[in-house]
Amino acid sequence: MLDIVFQVVLGILGLSLLICFGRLWLGPTLADRIVAMDLLAIVTVGVIVVSSASSGQPGGLDVAIMIALVGFLGTVAYAWYVQKEEGQ
Amino acid sequence: MTGWATAILMLVGSVFTLLAATGVLKLPDAVMRMQASAKASTLGLACLLLGAAFQLPDLSSVVRLMSLGGFLMATAPLSAHIVARATLSRGAPLWEGLVVNEHPPSNGRNGEGQRRDMASSTRADAADTGR
Repeated sequence: MLDIVFQVVLGILGLSLLICFGRLWLGPTLADRIVAMDLLAIVTVGVIVVSSASSGQPGGLDVAIMIALVGFLGTVAYAWYVQKEEGQ
Repeated sequence: MTGWATAILMLVGSVFTLLAATGVLKLPDAVMRMQASAKASTLGLACLLLGAAFQLPDLSSVVRLMSLGGFLMATAPLSAHIVARATLSRGAPLWEGLVVNEHPPSNGRNGEGQRRDMASSTRADAADTGR
């Protein structure tokens, strides 16, 4: 039962990734693309957590923590760059 | 028993993540997309982490999952606030049905024209709503 649930959850998360890529492709302004990148990082963390729970290997959680850190720092850096560009 | 808890929590979390992605795709405005992303993805990822903690019950995995959840719950409002401030100070186009803009762009070089445009459209929309 649990294997089917993991497959369904990974499918739904993959659909979320595709939708985020759609907004990243469409996004009319830079802020939309920053939001889409932030959500991509969070959904990637979710995919890694679900796959490491389904395989029973806890080694992927370190990777998830690193991706969460890098995603947050990347979002802050993008927003800082946008504001700095506006100030000039 | 833990299998059922894992299944229900992970399904709920993935559905909330899908809602966040749908909101990011379908909402009409950068600030609305940002709030959909911040709130729904935080709730969805918290449910996913709780389900994974039922499935990986040893201490090191639970501590890692809890630190990951605490980090995301601490940083998602921060990043949303920073992105919203950058968006509003840049003077991005907002939704045309907006009634009150409590943060007019004032600290940019070209903030004057955008503030005037935004104020006039705000008055027009308020008149539309009051009619």
